[in-house]
Amino acid sequence: VTEAASPERLLFASTTQSFLEKEAPLSRLRELHEAGTSFEPDWWRRAAELGWTSLLVPEELGGGSVSGDGVADLALVAELAGRTVAPGPLHPVSTVLAGLVDAPENHTETIESLVSGEVIASWAVYEPGKSWSPLTATVTATPTSTGYRLDGVKDRVEAGAESSVLLVVAQCEGAVRQFLVPTDAPGVGMDPQRSLDMVKSYARVQFDGVEIDGSAAVGSAEQTPALIARQSQIALILQCAEVVGVLDTVLAFTIQWGFDRHSFGRPIGSYQALKHKYADLKIWFEACRATTKAAVAEVASRSPGADMAVSVAKSYVGEYAPGMLQDCIQLHGGIGVTWEHDLHLFLRRVTLYRSLFGTPEDHNLHVYALTEHLESAS
Amino acid sequence: MTETTSATTETTESVEEFAARARTWLADNMPRIDPDNPPEADRGEEAPWLRARELQKKLYEGGFAGICFPREYGGLGLPIAYQRAFDNESRSYELPIILNTPTFTICAATILDTGSEEQKRQHISAALRGDEVLVQLLSEPSGGSDLAGVITRADRRGDKWVINGAKTWSTSAFAADYGLMLARTNWDVPKHEGLTMFLVPIGSPGITLRRIKQVNGSVEFCEEFFDNLELGDDAVVGEVNEGWHVASRQLYHERRAVGGGSEFASGIGAEGKTDMPVDYVDLLEKTGQADNERARERAGRALVHRAVREQLIDHVYHGVLDGSLPPAAGSIIRVTHAEVHHLEFDTALAITGSSGVVDVDNDLIRYGERYLSRQTAALGGGTTEIARNIIGERVLGFPREYAADRGVPFNQVKRNKG
Repeated sequence: VTEAASPERLLFASTTQSFLEKEAPLSRLRELHEAGTSFEPDWWRRAAELGWTSLLVPEELGGGSVSGDGVADLALVAELAGRTVAPGPLHPVSTVLAGLVDAPENHTETIESLVSGEVIASWAVYEPGKSWSPLTATVTATPTSTGYRLDGVKDRVEAGAESSVLLVVAQCEGAVRQFLVPTDAPGVGMDPQRSLDMVKSYARVQFDGVEIDGSAAVGSAEQTPALIARQSQIALILQCAEVVGVLDTVLAFTIQWGFDRHSFGRPIGSYQALKHKYADLKIWFEACRATTKAAVAEVASRSPGADMAVSVAKSYVGEYAPGMLQDCIQLHGGIGVTWEHDLHLFLRRVTLYRSLFGTPEDHNLHVYALTEHLESAS
Repeated sequence: MTETTSATTETTESVEEFAARARTWLADNMPRIDPDNPPEADRGEEAPWLRARELQKKLYEGGFAGICFPREYGGLGLPIAYQRAFDNESRSYELPIILNTPTFTICAATILDTGSEEQKRQHISAALRGDEVLVQLLSEPSGGSDLAGVITRADRRGDKWVINGAKTWSTSAFAADYGLMLARTNWDVPKHEGLTMFLVPIGSPGITLRRIKQVNGSVEFCEEFFDNLELGDDAVVGEVNEGWHVASRQLYHERRAVGGGSEFASGIGAEGKTDMPVDYVDLLEKTGQADNERARERAGRALVHRAVREQLIDHVYHGVLDGSLPPAAGSIIRVTHAEVHHLEFDTALAITGSSGVVDVDNDLIRYGERYLSRQTAALGGGTTEIARNIIGERVLGFPREYAADRGVPFNQVKRNKG
């Protein structure tokens, strides 16, 4: 996704890659799945020590990136994580950090604990029965003498059960606001929700008169739409970058299979019907890489075009990646639909991502609306 | 194949300074247009070609012609960033867009790669001055994708080459001065080894030119018949019997140009209303579907694909430059160009519905008419089937397709029946 140009970034990439290869191989993913575990907290602390959690965080808040472009570095981590469909709360923690670092008042300790890997946080944005619409909430935050009282239900909260704190989107006095809510606060109820992924788990979170302090608010009402937009962008480029990593790996071994596997005395990649299928996979892969790279650059520079670029990338990658995985399964033949083969581990992750934080169809609508807006403005 | 050698010149002028200078010059010298409503430039007519020559001459005199062509042949020898900056500045001006392909992006680029010093000095400069239009004379009535199987012959008589045969699908050859023409000079060797490329003056005696009428009524393509056309040795491009090498460079440049990935193109506007990208917002309003979610989603998807195509062109261009992708990856752009065209034409047909097929407002039926010619995007510039072969074989490295004529002297190869 990003050119590993500088020596610092090369070193960071190789350290990250060897950590993932050693500590999060596909066999480990299967073990975690067998044990019903999403990830091990100690493993995540070590990932945080490598710098994964500090990339979006400015130095004065205890963070820092290797190349000076933390968004691009983070996308690089996600891409490398995709190669082994790594476990871990990279997405929820990064998304919450993206919001907190832009409105750090009262939250510097939380930022610090997230950077250290001691604490896991997640963004509670979806609501039951609703599709992706991050600026609308039915969970309410009612002002009290000391702060706010939260009522309502969120769901599809990644790593909810593992999180100590949630960034909750709520309706408050006619505006959308976000609040940091400890998951051990009285009135918070957590029900796990399984996903297609081997290890990624989600949660339905109930807020029954949950009392929080006034300092739990993140940013002002005016600031909130921009914070939510930034969090969405970070969540989406992480998805896209991770999927690019998945595709890179899966295409590599599927192409190798085309050379190694012989039918009727010929490598299967020599048959034109399959060769053309492989060509399409290569075209779509480079397109996924190109659009993800463009979106990462726009988000990194906080460009006014970031919103459009991110929706373009999510629509394209979300639409194509699952079908590409299915094509790779087809090219493998029957072995591709067995539990034993690793293909389904990758398919699970990209299918999950296809439909979270907006489906390709949702983002098509968004791209159209943005285009309409641009045209009427010009 | 290697990357075209457009060795860049040292310049002290930054891209921004260059862009600023271009902005001033364009405002003072070039006709302004509404980029959303460009003047019609039908490649099948004579007038647009005369106009393009005039405009090209202005660009040359103003010092903005051939931004990425070497200085010694009349260009500026600058990196692509300067061309992109010029493109950006020139959106609202009338430019000789129809000279881009094939004159600059394919023919001049190939002459730069393979021509003699004399040919480069003569033809690249003349094209940049607006004095020469160049075309390709490659395809033949006997076959399209199997280009190396051409049967137009060039026979040696004394110190002359005598050409007999026929070519087809040559874009706007009627308006051209010279054509790069592939002919067979040796029939006793396998097909790739007996070809020679010639630079043919289109107005020569011995050439009869006819227009081809297409489904959409366009007459821009031509076919040419050669009847004892005589050429000298100075017409040979590259070496005798090494014509396939030259043709390969043309194909390489063509595949990049067709997708919009050539640094030798100048100006990025449409060639006229029929070449304009679909304005979906306008189309949804005209068809009363501005609030129809189904139509909006469909249009949004087409816009996504259009945006990704641009990002992909940039990605592949730089990938080939930095070596992370092989030059054959230009075919990725070629296929994507056709796929996005298809999607856009299909989307417009779906959105216009019955008003795209029955003329109810003297306007929307053009989307139906465009649809009738949809496959041209997957045929012109080499079919998408061939492009997928190239990606499979030369990008991914899979074994080549079986060919019954491989290694067989051409005069023993089976040809069309009847």
